[in-house]
Amino acid sequence: MTPLIQIDALSKRFRSGGGLLSRPRTMLAVRDVSLSIGKGEVVGVVGESGCGKSTLARLVLRLIEPTTGSITFDGTEVTTLPPAALRQLRRRIAMVFQDPYSSLDPRYTLAQVLAEPYQVQRQKLPAESVAEMLSAVGLPEGLAQSHPHQLSGGQRQRVGIARALAMRPDFVVLDEPTASLDVSIQAQIIALLEDLRDRMGLTYLFISHDLGLVRYFCDRIVVMYLGAVVEVLPEPRAAPRHPYTVALIQSGFVPDPAKRRDLTPLQGEIPSPFALPPGCAFASRCGFASSRCRTETPKLSQDSTHPVACHHPL
Amino acid sequence: MTALLELSEVNVAIGTTALLDRISLRVDKGQILGLVGESGSGKSLTATAAMGLLPLIGGRVTAGTVRFDGQDLAAMTDRQRRALRGRRIGFVSQNPMTALDPVQRIGEQVDVVSRLHLGLSRQAARTRTLDLLTQLRIPEAAAVAESWPHQLSGGMKQRIVIAMALAGDPDLIIADEPTTALDVTVQAQIIQILGALVRDRGLALLLITHDMGVVAQVCDRVTVLYAGRVAEEGPVGPIFAAPAHPYTAALIGCIPQEGMEKGALKGIPGTVPSALAFPSGCRFGPRCARADAACQQVPQLRSRGQGLVACHHAEDGA
Repeated sequence: MTPLIQIDALSKRFRSGGGLLSRPRTMLAVRDVSLSIGKGEVVGVVGESGCGKSTLARLVLRLIEPTTGSITFDGTEVTTLPPAALRQLRRRIAMVFQDPYSSLDPRYTLAQVLAEPYQVQRQKLPAESVAEMLSAVGLPEGLAQSHPHQLSGGQRQRVGIARALAMRPDFVVLDEPTASLDVSIQAQIIALLEDLRDRMGLTYLFISHDLGLVRYFCDRIVVMYLGAVVEVLPEPRAAPRHPYTVALIQSGFVPDPAKRRDLTPLQGEIPSPFALPPGCAFASRCGFASSRCRTETPKLSQDSTHPVACHHPL
Repeated sequence: MTALLELSEVNVAIGTTALLDRISLRVDKGQILGLVGESGSGKSLTATAAMGLLPLIGGRVTAGTVRFDGQDLAAMTDRQRRALRGRRIGFVSQNPMTALDPVQRIGEQVDVVSRLHLGLSRQAARTRTLDLLTQLRIPEAAAVAESWPHQLSGGMKQRIVIAMALAGDPDLIIADEPTTALDVTVQAQIIQILGALVRDRGLALLLITHDMGVVAQVCDRVTVLYAGRVAEEGPVGPIFAAPAHPYTAALIGCIPQEGMEKGALKGIPGTVPSALAFPSGCRFGPRCARADAACQQVPQLRSRGQGLVACHHAEDGA
């Protein structure tokens, strides 16, 4: 099966600072990431703040330009696409943003929010369409003339999803769509996304820091640490092999006091991406690290169905 | 035994809008009470009432009493209440990014608490600050004390806020969603730190959260709020094993769990009603699968097992 999206050796370098007296610093927010996503698949990307997962999401949509690497969408190379063709392509790829409070224009009515994709694509908004879009995400049609400030966080995120789906895309990038919501509303939104995937045959790239949620929602899970992929779980319940993935799983709490853990949380903090240590980036926080880990950077194993970048996989 | 913090049938209103209705809860020394519910259920308002800070937001207690260590907050002077906060009650807020003054060094912000409340000298206060930072496992405490808030990560800032809450040597800590803004790995660190503080220092902790996973991990008892009323209360063991209130069960069901089938996560339909339009009868009724004609009557809090529940159909589940 040919994948819908094929990402090859994608990297993004950011420059920071640089003034009269200081030299600019650079960091690799995304390092040599390769990933293919089949049609209908839900792929999760997890990692802590600063691991590059949101940068990856933006690269995939070409909201920012990659430094090196390629992205192919349904056979088309995205990274070199001229603007007009890129706009055409964006009918087929969409994004739901993390913060439903800042991703909707406060001066727009919901009808205007939902009409905007049509304006961008220079298409006529079909009559009835706004009402249909609202009801597809479980909102009453009567909200069409409301403004975002009149809605709750969960309702706003439903509008964000409706807008992303306006052009009937094939592929949707979900960048922590539930991070700012209550758990009860998070569960509603996840149920809605599952339902929409089944009804519209969508393919998702789901970005999150919550491994428990990703393991529930996704078919395959990519774990990132400091810009690089450290493990790909071929299915959500696969036993983790990278110590970082194990730590992520152990950081989640089970809603059962009988399964209370003796917490041994991951100590320390992510090293600064501007001054990466040599060797494995996780070595400073890893209980299994050896001297080899501090000198030699582990490569993501390509031979198996369960790739892991670790000298001492479990 | 007198509770360290006890709210008895507290009603709170802002202007003419009644927001909290007969809220009762107690926290004892060495105990962690989880206060859970969705946004808008009244958790933070309850904490505000417990600290006697309602006037700041234009609110007031219209009935019931708030007692700290046996003393009625309403009978105290402003000065006495002010002395309580920071000294005997420490507060950890939700967002460590806004809880710290961006133009003051970290150390000075922690120092001021013990200088003000314990009357320590500049030097003694700094020694105490460095001590606290070390206890909270902040590496290179002296360097951190000299740094500015923007130089620290979210998890590190939250530890500083906890240090500030501890600096006055309080008996009670009120933590309002202390981990919501943090990564899961950092959340685990902060929860572990809070749990250890209660164990090692015999503190009492009122932990406000919307995450039943956090409650299951650290709390001894839990009080579930819905739309300004107590829905259920009791020790965590029985409540998680057999939640009596459908709302409690629904909150637990919102956490994705190992082995959960796809499609099993449903959430709770609808949203918490606004205080301007609380439904009559059981306020959870419109969102509840068990609701029937009986739910037109307000359910009274009654004892069940080792706890309390306010539901006409508490026995229908399980």
